[in-house]
Amino acid sequence: MNPDRQTPHSPGRRRASALAAAPPRRATAPAAALTLIIATSLLCAPPAQAAAPSNSLHQTIRDLQRKIVKIYGAGGVKGLEAYQTGILISPDGQVLTVQSYVLDTDDLAVVLDDGRKFKAEQLGVDPVRELALLKLPIEGEALPAFDLAAAATAEVGDRVLAASNLFNIAGGDEPVSVLQGVVTAVAPLDARRGAFEASYRGNVYIVDAAANNPGAAGGALVNWRGELLGLLGKELRSRTTNAWLNYALPVDQFIASVEQMRNGQSVKPDESTGKPTEPLSLAELGLVLVPDVLPRTPPYVDSVLPKSAAARAGLKADDLVVFVEGEPTASCDAVVAAIGRREKFDAVRLSVLRDGKLIETSLEAEDAAGETKAPAEPPSAANDTEQDKPGAEDANKPAEEAPSDDSEK
Amino acid sequence: MTRVAFSLILALLLSSGATVRGATEPDAAVLAAQQERAAAIAKASKATVAAFDARGTGGGSAVLISPDGFALTNFHVVAESIPAMKCGLSDGKLYDAVVVGIDPVGDVALIQLLGRKDFPVAEIADSDSVRVGDWAFAAGNPFLLADDFHPTISYGLISGVHRYQYPAGTLLEYTDCLQTDAAINPGNSGGPLFNAAGQLIGINGRGSFEKRGRVNVGVGYAISINQIMRFLGHLKSGRILDHATLGATVSTGEGGVTVDDILETSDAFRRGLQYGDAIVRFAGRDITTANALKNILGTYPNNWRVPLTYRREGKSYDTQVRLMGVHDESELVALVQHEQENPSRPDKPEPKPGDEKKPKTPKDPEQPKKDAPQPRLPGLNRLMKEPKLPKAVADRYTKRRGYANYWYNRDAQERLWSTYLKRAAIENAGYNWTLTGKLETGGGFTLELTEQKAEIKLPTGNSGAIFADDLSQQLSPPGSGGLLLAVHAWQRLVDRGLQRFGEVYYLGRLPHGPDNRVEDCVVAMFEGMETRFFFADDTGDVTGIELFAEDDADPCELSFSNFTEFEGRRLPKRWLVRHGDPLAPAFAELVIEKWDVKAGPKPAGGAK
Repeated sequence: MNPDRQTPHSPGRRRASALAAAPPRRATAPAAALTLIIATSLLCAPPAQAAAPSNSLHQTIRDLQRKIVKIYGAGGVKGLEAYQTGILISPDGQVLTVQSYVLDTDDLAVVLDDGRKFKAEQLGVDPVRELALLKLPIEGEALPAFDLAAAATAEVGDRVLAASNLFNIAGGDEPVSVLQGVVTAVAPLDARRGAFEASYRGNVYIVDAAANNPGAAGGALVNWRGELLGLLGKELRSRTTNAWLNYALPVDQFIASVEQMRNGQSVKPDESTGKPTEPLSLAELGLVLVPDVLPRTPPYVDSVLPKSAAARAGLKADDLVVFVEGEPTASCDAVVAAIGRREKFDAVRLSVLRDGKLIETSLEAEDAAGETKAPAEPPSAANDTEQDKPGAEDANKPAEEAPSDDSEK
Repeated sequence: MTRVAFSLILALLLSSGATVRGATEPDAAVLAAQQERAAAIAKASKATVAAFDARGTGGGSAVLISPDGFALTNFHVVAESIPAMKCGLSDGKLYDAVVVGIDPVGDVALIQLLGRKDFPVAEIADSDSVRVGDWAFAAGNPFLLADDFHPTISYGLISGVHRYQYPAGTLLEYTDCLQTDAAINPGNSGGPLFNAAGQLIGINGRGSFEKRGRVNVGVGYAISINQIMRFLGHLKSGRILDHATLGATVSTGEGGVTVDDILETSDAFRRGLQYGDAIVRFAGRDITTANALKNILGTYPNNWRVPLTYRREGKSYDTQVRLMGVHDESELVALVQHEQENPSRPDKPEPKPGDEKKPKTPKDPEQPKKDAPQPRLPGLNRLMKEPKLPKAVADRYTKRRGYANYWYNRDAQERLWSTYLKRAAIENAGYNWTLTGKLETGGGFTLELTEQKAEIKLPTGNSGAIFADDLSQQLSPPGSGGLLLAVHAWQRLVDRGLQRFGEVYYLGRLPHGPDNRVEDCVVAMFEGMETRFFFADDTGDVTGIELFAEDDADPCELSFSNFTEFEGRRLPKRWLVRHGDPLAPAFAELVIEKWDVKAGPKPAGGAK
């Protein structure tokens, strides 16, 4: 695998999805149960925790509010609010926010916590993550700001605060609104806005606070120490359930992009980690599903082409594909789409159900490292890819990824 | 998916097993905090009320604040049900309740639960001390879930304080309110918001919903209990209350919050506020934006007097201003009537919680408020909707225009007046008084009154008044605003009583006098003039009289103290007479040495 092509699908917490209550795959059952108990007790604990350090929580919140700005720009027609939120990420007035129609104006106003109003200049945009970097004309003073390099990460069950100017409740010099909640999942964003799919598909923090209301986008998600965890995203619905999502983009997903914008470079859409330049297809994997005749045809494997990636991974006819890259796949359509989001050279993890057991596999259509490896096998006649050899890792992967079916017992 | 479900079940089974084995013992501090929280919720739940309209088609919540059953809720919860409500408590019992007073602008209503003298009550906190980051919980009956009336509790954080939410037209304006992420849903309306200690900090009334359907999305608003307590005396008057305005418009600019326009009839104008002045402080708060002024202004009832600091040409001026009403009375009555018949949504896209009623056709929220009341159609429909009042409610309800429930007004008037008459033994005092004494500033005075005229001799000169024809021209002595007339009004009320004086009503509780003490106020109108009588809480004495010769003129303010016995009557020895600027020196401070009452030829009576 090409180490430079880290995809957003690959980071470690990929399976902590909205199904977070289910135990992690690799955990043994009792450990999983314990995790659940801890998570439950954390959920019950807010006032208990509030009792002792409540003064510091007040102070944390006040400090947090000072690092949030209110942004006013284009919009104002029905359903399109003319405001959003931003976070200060440098003492000299760099503001990170979401890229949106609100910024499409020459008259972009940014209001600080103390009520001061500035005209902002746009330094750069990241159309993939839909971020924009603004600069306020600040001189001779140091504004309170988040240091992205010192940002923290959160786990499922961690308590968080979401600060934003949702619904534009905080006018003038009023401090922004603060909501509290818990990280309920760290999972890839699978969302849409209207008919359009969100371009970013990497991991996000899913929270149980109603953090992503109108105007909240660009706000901060922080832990109880006030450390930045992520940036509240735009209003999106789950592609699967159609429910409104409450989520934030983790800092590690955009810190590099911000660095680029700081250097005056806009992030190119074709560098998108979400939209592959050369999408993978089922044919390239040698995987044939049953004919897609129903709106939600269950994705059973019809056949596996000999010597294909699918064959090497040990897939068989009548296997039911239940997850692709940890994403539930309820239909043939979903499998095709999920595989199509991978680059040709990416390995793709498939979980299939066979005889009531879940089997984890990893398929690699094209082995980048394989070119140097020998011996090359002739491409299969039925396979039109230059797909080469199994490669040692391929054989290892399934064993590594799916060591146990324990979680099923 | 079966896999997931299976693992979940497995995890649950295992987790219960682990609990039995006592794998984890929670921290003692956690357990203690949990117990505290449970105790706070248990205490708060007792005072929480599930409120239903008389037809049983909808409802909301409320909270008890006194053992005799007074409870607070939202105007929009009672609007369509005035005067009768049905209220359930956490003990599972249902009580009749009567609507006492309404504040349609602030979306508050006072109701009284009937049938007990020992209702559980909520402990009231100071909502100005609530901070962002405090824990809070809402209690109420969201979605009208509770068949046993036991309140639903939702816990959350205070997300914002001193918030402002726009009105619908001029009604249902939320000023200086609390914002919480504790779930506020339809049916929570009118219910209490408690702090972590279970003390009442606000009344939940609305939320921001927008496109996500009419359920909580983490933004609920509660009317601050401090605002409501300021209105409480007024609410007990049974009137339809109005909020206040300064009589000036302001805007935020380079020079701060400056006056754009000011009504010449406003007290603020008479106190010296002019176009271009910058408002620096108002009602004890620094004013940095026009919104901040609007926000704090909305928490005061009409007629309240508040301190104001303004700046002109670098110099700052302190004064006190009487606030004026937002509406005139008939306008307010019409608005309320319209609201009762066509409840509006509190603001543009946000439906109000508590509107958990029979399905209604959604109205255009932008629909302009009608200036005139809608024509009523006293058809069959209307008759069928008018249920017979329960006896307990009927006993405490009197219908009168301008009032939510006149019974309470009449009751308050009579209670104050009869206490006073008994206390002062003034009933037969008549009109023929001769008072002599001295002024604090030196010199003596003599005041002689009869039913027809009065005369006062002061070191500065003599003046008199004739109580006939146009009384508003009889404002002597000059500079007092009508001292003689004010005393005459007092005599007249004593002589004629509440029934024959003219129009008399209980206003509520207002600040008055040099120390702005908040006391009960009865308004009595005669000859087009308004006279206000203030009554002490503890003794029932008349502690002050304000005579407004004209609507837009400064009143003569009489403040009484040092109550002493004069010929068997309990009367004030010290009279402070003020007119105009409350911070300027008084017109006079009289010390009465002799108070001679010659019972008039006509027997005093009529006082009831």
